[in-house]
Parts: sequence; C-alpha cells; structure tokens
Amino acid sequence: MITQIEPRQPTKPWLLISWSLLIYAFLYLPVLVLVAISFNDSPILSLPFRGITLNWYRQAAQDSSLRLALGNSLQVAAAATLLATGLGILAAFACCRYRFWGQRSLRVALNLPILLPGIVTGVAMLAYFSDLGWELSLLTVILGHVVFGLPVAFGTIYSRLRQFPNSLAEAAADLGAAPVQVFADVIWPYIRSAVFSAALLAFTLSFDEVVVTIFLTGRDNTLPMEIWGRLRTRITPEIAAVATLISVVSGAVVLCSQWITAQGKAPGKAPGKAAKL
Amino acid sequence: MKDSLLYLDQVSKLYATPQGWLQAVREVTLEVQAGEFYSLLGSSGSGKTTTLRLIGGFEIPDAGRVMLGGEDVTQLPPHRRDLHTVFQNYALFPHLSVAQNIAYPLKIARLPDSEIKPRLADALEMFRISELAERRPTQLSGGQQQRVALARALISRPKVLLLDEPLSALDAQIREDLRQELRQLQRQTNLTFIYVTHDQEEALGLSDRIAVMQQGQVEQVGSPREIYDRPASLFVARFIGKANFLTGRVIQTEPLTVAVQELTIRATAPSHQPLLGETVTLMIRPEQLRLNSLQPDPLLDLEQPNLNQIRGKITGETYVGQLLQLQIDTALGPLIATVLGGAVLGGEVNLTWPAFACIVISPSASA
Repeated sequence: MITQIEPRQPTKPWLLISWSLLIYAFLYLPVLVLVAISFNDSPILSLPFRGITLNWYRQAAQDSSLRLALGNSLQVAAAATLLATGLGILAAFACCRYRFWGQRSLRVALNLPILLPGIVTGVAMLAYFSDLGWELSLLTVILGHVVFGLPVAFGTIYSRLRQFPNSLAEAAADLGAAPVQVFADVIWPYIRSAVFSAALLAFTLSFDEVVVTIFLTGRDNTLPMEIWGRLRTRITPEIAAVATLISVVSGAVVLCSQWITAQGKAPGKAPGKAAKL
Repeated sequence: MKDSLLYLDQVSKLYATPQGWLQAVREVTLEVQAGEFYSLLGSSGSGKTTTLRLIGGFEIPDAGRVMLGGEDVTQLPPHRRDLHTVFQNYALFPHLSVAQNIAYPLKIARLPDSEIKPRLADALEMFRISELAERRPTQLSGGQQQRVALARALISRPKVLLLDEPLSALDAQIREDLRQELRQLQRQTNLTFIYVTHDQEEALGLSDRIAVMQQGQVEQVGSPREIYDRPASLFVARFIGKANFLTGRVIQTEPLTVAVQELTIRATAPSHQPLLGETVTLMIRPEQLRLNSLQPDPLLDLEQPNLNQIRGKITGETYVGQLLQLQIDTALGPLIATVLGGAVLGGEVNLTWPAFACIVISPSASA
C-alpha cells in the first residue's frame, strides 16, 4: 500500500501575505499617488481624482526650461557614467590582476565615497574647486557625480572580474593572442554584462542626484534641481508628470541592468567545473 | 644539445611565500627530442607544473635559459612561442561554441575562412566531435571537453604540445580510454608531447622518456623501463611501484656481494660502483621474487652462483586484482612478493631472485 504524501500547508498563510502587502504599500503607495496626480485633471498637486488628462504631460513637454534641464541631466549622466565606468574597469583590473603595495587600501579608498554623506562630498568638492579657482559648471557637477559613480562601477566590475578564471586568458595567449586580443576575445565577453549593468547603475544614480549637485552646479540646472526649485514656487501637476516619467525610465533602466547581470552569469557561471556526464 | 627540440638549461624559478623565497624549480636541465612523448612525473609540489609553465612562457625563469628549436625563447611571452597547452581544466572559452573554440588559433593567426573551414572540419572529424560543433563547452562531458581542448591545441600544428595533467579530472574508465587515444594521437601526428602527471602508471604506460621530479629538481631521466628497473635514487625507487629494500655492507666488489644481517647476497650496481665496506641499500621488486616449494626442484639450479635464495613463511596476503601480494617473513626481515596464485597462508617457501634483479641504490639524490 502506498500512502500519498501531501506537502505540509502553512497554518496561517494570510498572516504572511497581509504583512507583505502592507510593506509593499508602504514602499510604493506614495509613488502610485504621484502617478495618479500626474493624470489628474486638476491644477493642484493633490487628490481627489477629478478625471483623466494628458494635459500635464503636454505642458511638461513644451516647457523649455524643463527640456533644457533634461538635456543637461542627460549630458551630465552620460559623461559621468563614461568616466566612472572607464575608471572602474581600470581600477578593477589593477586590483584583480596585479599585486602591489597598498592594493587593499586602494580598494577600501575606492569604496569609501559611497559611505560619505552626499552633503560632505558636496561641501568638500565645492571648497576644493574654489581653491583651484575653477568656475562651477556642468563640468564640476560631472566630476562630483564620478566620485560616487566610480565605487558603484568598480564594485560591480571587480566582483565579476575576480571570478574570471585566469586559465582562460592564459589559454588565449597560449594559442597566439596578444594581450589586447586576449582582452577583446576572452576577458571582455566575460565582464561585458557587469560593465553594462555598472554603467546603467551609475547613470541612474547621476541622473537623479540632488545633494552633491546643489553645491557644484553653476548657472545650468539639471532636471532634479529644476524640479526641486519649482517645488518651492510653482507647484503644478506638471512636476508629477515629469516625476512619473523619471521613475518609469529609471525603473526600466535598473530592471534592465539586473536582467543583463543575470544573463551574463548564466554562461560564465561554471567554466572549469562543467557538466559531469 | 643543439639538435634537441626543447632544451632547458639550468632553469630556476623562485616564488615569494610568507616564509621567504621558495625555489619551485632548481637548476633543471632537460632535453627533449623531436617526436618524443616526454613526461614530467612527480608529486604535488615537485615543480613539474612550474617547469611546464616555464616552457609555455606563463612564467619567466629567474635563472637559466629555455631553448625551443635552437632559439632562445626565455623571455618570449606565450603568444610568441610555437607551442600550445592543454590545461588541466581545459580552459575552453565558455562564450564560444566548440567549433569557434577549435578554430580560435587559426582566427588569431588571421587565416582566411577558406582555409579555416576545411581544417576545422578535419579536426572535428579526427576527434569524432563533428556533431558537437555548435554546442557550448558547458554542454559537454569531461571526456568531450578534453577532446575539444586537444583539437584546439593541435589545429595550428605547433612544434610542441604541453599537457598539464589532462586526464586527472576524468573518471577512471574514460581516463583509461583517453590514455590509449593520447598515445595513438602522438604516434600519428609525430608531434612532441610534454606531459605533466603525478600518476606513475600513466607516465610508465605513455612515455618514451620520463623525468622524475622532486622538490624542484630532476631526480632521474630515463625510459620507463630504466626508471622502474634501475632507479637512480632511493626516492625514485620508492616513488615508482612497490619494492623491497634491504640495507647491508659491501663485502666483495667482484662479483658484487653484500652482507645483510649476516647473509650474503649477490647484487648489481647499474649506476655507481660501491666501495668495499660501504653501506648500501638494495632494492628488489616484488615480482622478481620467485616462490619455490621446499622440496628440491630438479628444474632449479640452486647452486647457480648468481641466484640468491632464502627461506620464508607466508604471513599475509592481499588480493590486488589479477595478482596476489604476499607478505613473507624471512631472516632478512619481512619481504613482499607478487605471484599469480597458488600460495598457502602460513606455508614455508623457498624464495629465489637473481643478482641482476637486486639493485644497489646510490644514497645521494643526484643521478
């Protein structure tokens, strides 16, 4: 006689479910309200809901100072991302492939800016730039963003590069590949997804940064600065529309970066100890 | 020396350890002829893998020279040496298909597609992996990965193929099959193989010549038979196969006679001529001991001067597959002998062995 064994059921499933829902509500309800307001046919930034309109989106799209700020933000984020990712690759390489004096300190020092409060970074860089006699501009903002973008890029790329089996690089060299070819043919495919996801993260961080930017920006505003400035004077659902767009785009970018990371891990997961058959 | 394909001239390599400098390879001198199957045999830490890495160019020696085909390649990086390596973990490129992996050296050499294609097809056929061409390395079994690694290393026809314990990651049965294939492959291609292994059976079965290494030094270089029958040092004798060891004093040099515990034993000294009165170690391989019944055997001439004999009692037996390994108590101490069968536990026997199978081992390491 065979007894059918049923999986044991949790005794109070509703308890965990409702607790989880509560947490999610706490996290996402404010954002959902903002999204609702952006479609609300009412000139004040609050509920109740009076009907759906795309008016605020239209207004936002026609607002020249918002468009200018968006352009600035994209420029700053792109430049900061390129710099942070490029430097991150170089630093990760130095820390993984070579042994040198002060290597561990360098690694800690590279990660430190994440832990520093933005306000400290901002004040410090402001003082430094004025000492150097540099005029504040988008360039100084870019440099400020590189400071916290670099640790993010470095960390992601470093942890991938550390898993890279060096025998692959040796095999490529052994088969005739010069160092540059070894990088292009073997190392880059292995770290590519980590580099992309690092770049996307650095981009989102830079795109909505406010604190450091406040200290380092000159006459040109970035988009978050523009929004922040308006909140004190002209509060309109136009802001909600812009905020909704930003969250949709950043959300998509972050999800995309996570997806890329997961994709990259699958083939590179177990070279060496491969399937036993 | 000039005409040897590969020549290591007093090569040394140091490694930094927390305790100081470790000499991983000490003044190793090796000569490999074209077409040879040459093994570096040793336990882990013997310096065999470091020696291979020095040949491959992954390490640069701290002293000495590496000559390949008469050219000094000591300082050349790996990609400029005309030799390829099969790595222990195969190091197949995970993001490339089997075909792309194998064609990689030809791609790097910028050969036209029209030339790559037929050579790739040949290589896939030769290693019987044509149907795997589009797979990724992670979708292959260990034995298949090994074939791909071999095909990739051989497709551009290097002067020398280096193999770093290529069979150690495989199951026993596959290992046996691949061993035969490797030997055949080397004979077919007539390439020079340099094979690193810790497995003495593998080295004895595959090689034309073996260099036994220990603590960064070469203990002995010779054919498998020389290494097994006439080990140049106690280390080699102990490392390869099983053996009985006796210690005694030389009481006569011509013919060589050694006194072991008041018994006289005839021996041979292939490597060095011991002096009268010198204390020496004798080695007898267990399969060289013949077991005879105590009744006089008309076929056995016990008066033959070069035959040693002693009485013994069988005190133990171990079944080791086709053979029986016996422990026999004698006046010389306990000896081990391997026989095909027919031994009775507790039985008294007469053991005989010829003088040529009783080898004087020189005490010092250097051969």
